[in-house]
Amino acid sequence: MSTAELSADAARRPFTGRRVRFGDLALQVVAGGAALGVTILVALIIWKVIEGARLSIQTYGLEFIWRVAWNPVLGHELYGAGSFIFGTAVTSLFALLLAAPISMGIALYLTELAPAVIRGPVTALVETLAAVPSVVLGLWGILVLGPALRTTIQPWLHDAFGFIPLFGPPSSAGASIFTAIIILTIMILPIVSSISRELFLGVPTELKEAGYGLGVTRWEVVRGVMFPYASGGLAAALILGLGRALGEAIAVTQVIGGGVGIHWNLFSGGDTLASKIAASYQGSTTKLQTASLIYLGLILLVFSLIVNLIAQWIVRRSARKHGIVRGGHA
Amino acid sequence: MSTQDLAPNPLEVRGLGRRKATNRVMEGLAWLSALIAVGILGVVIFSVARRGLPALNFDLLTKDPIPFSLTNQPQGLANAFVGTIVIVSLATLMALPVGILVAIYLNEFAPAAIRNAVTMILDILNGVPAIVIGIFVFGLFVVGHGQSGWAGAFALACLMLPLVSRSTMEILALVPNALREASLGLGVPRWRTTLSIVLPQTVGGIVTGTVLAVARVAGETAPLLFVSSFVGTQTSWNPLHALQTVPVAIFELSESPDPADHARAWAAALVLLLFILFASLSARWLANRSRRKITGR
Repeated sequence: MSTAELSADAARRPFTGRRVRFGDLALQVVAGGAALGVTILVALIIWKVIEGARLSIQTYGLEFIWRVAWNPVLGHELYGAGSFIFGTAVTSLFALLLAAPISMGIALYLTELAPAVIRGPVTALVETLAAVPSVVLGLWGILVLGPALRTTIQPWLHDAFGFIPLFGPPSSAGASIFTAIIILTIMILPIVSSISRELFLGVPTELKEAGYGLGVTRWEVVRGVMFPYASGGLAAALILGLGRALGEAIAVTQVIGGGVGIHWNLFSGGDTLASKIAASYQGSTTKLQTASLIYLGLILLVFSLIVNLIAQWIVRRSARKHGIVRGGHA
Repeated sequence: MSTQDLAPNPLEVRGLGRRKATNRVMEGLAWLSALIAVGILGVVIFSVARRGLPALNFDLLTKDPIPFSLTNQPQGLANAFVGTIVIVSLATLMALPVGILVAIYLNEFAPAAIRNAVTMILDILNGVPAIVIGIFVFGLFVVGHGQSGWAGAFALACLMLPLVSRSTMEILALVPNALREASLGLGVPRWRTTLSIVLPQTVGGIVTGTVLAVARVAGETAPLLFVSSFVGTQTSWNPLHALQTVPVAIFELSESPDPADHARAWAAALVLLLFILFASLSARWLANRSRRKITGR
């Protein structure tokens, strides 16, 4: 017997030769290294964004966050995030307000009402809406939707409800906060509705049947059984939708029109944190302006981290709650 | 007095008519919501197709753009299509192996505490806005070195990584434990069990996740604006220089006042949209097939 045969035999034999344990160790180290790499990557993202914003943080401190100013004129430079935080809040909250009932409706239609034949295709179509790239949606928004809204819905709302400051005179450009809200609504619809659909599918049939057995209507089962059962998950779905709306840069930049200042007229231009950053991609004139743009990115990063962690916390809590409920059945 | 007043019909519940009406209204609204979503998708696709088709020709894919052209020379966006192919391929090469390794570690080796922590970090990474990823890569690679295709690929890889990892983890969790136990019981070491028994079962799922991730990042503009956007009009395959990409080209053309630029933007949007729709639909089909294969249902 040659030594080559011997070692090959040893490799085949389990739990003895060193080579076997070496393979396990190697895979574990390589794969574990990749997992460690992801952790380092996230830390690096946070660190790099803070570092990039440092000049602006040192110059303006926390006052930057609420100051309403963006003046890049040399010698009079003054930057603040106030109007962009306001723009972000207005666009994403209104978009969420519009998207929430529609996505619940879609999810309920797909789980409770749709005939089996069209259930699959409609689910696929709604998910396809999520796949449309934001730049394409933005292109459609600026060239088709914006002009259409400016000549139809906006004058109508202004004439009918002009006494509400939200519905001021439409801007001539066609780009407006209102168009941005509609585009964001379209973007978060498929996200919220697909998570809600899964949550509604997860409601135990016996709970729903208990409701129907009492003779209540379908809507009463939805309101009294399905909504309470899925409430935690629905909240998380809405918060994830909010996170998506907060961070969207490109489509919003294309349709929102730009502008600094706080005003309540949805039909004129504005900017969000993300859209201001994206709109300034062609370069800034000074180091302070670059750092201030990155400071906007830092604020956006903090917002999205908070939103994300809240959503995860809710998901975990409601999973635990339902775990206990299920344990009680057994 | 009639008998009805003495013994009311027990099935005649109070307010039943109103409750039924409410139910009908709510059902109608749910129906309408689904119609709105499908309608929006239809309108968007129709708009892009109607404006994109007339401008769609081979010149779009094969000819470079001509800056400040006053003549009607045929011009296209070949540089953008080549750039997108280069950057997205490099991003996939970076994200795919790392994403799969992370999933293997989390699903096959990691203790529960570490698995939960790293899964949370993947979710956080997934939630970081694309524009912030752009700023990060700008600070990491572009400051002092200039824009490059590599930096763009790295930015897109950051977006792909959590998608690939999460989808691989989901499919790994579907592989029956009996399979692992059978292999380990035969004396196959753990690393070989993982790589040659468990992993081959998940190929379909990994391909699906990767196709979805590619479809998602191929349309991303925000992370590339700061790291690969200052480009010439020549087609280049060299990722050491900044490369034009389809989404960035559409973004720039959409901001232009020239209707001819809009026409090319629509045509490029149509190509991008068709690619992404094709990729997502085939991923859906693959997902159903591979899930059936593993779970036997």
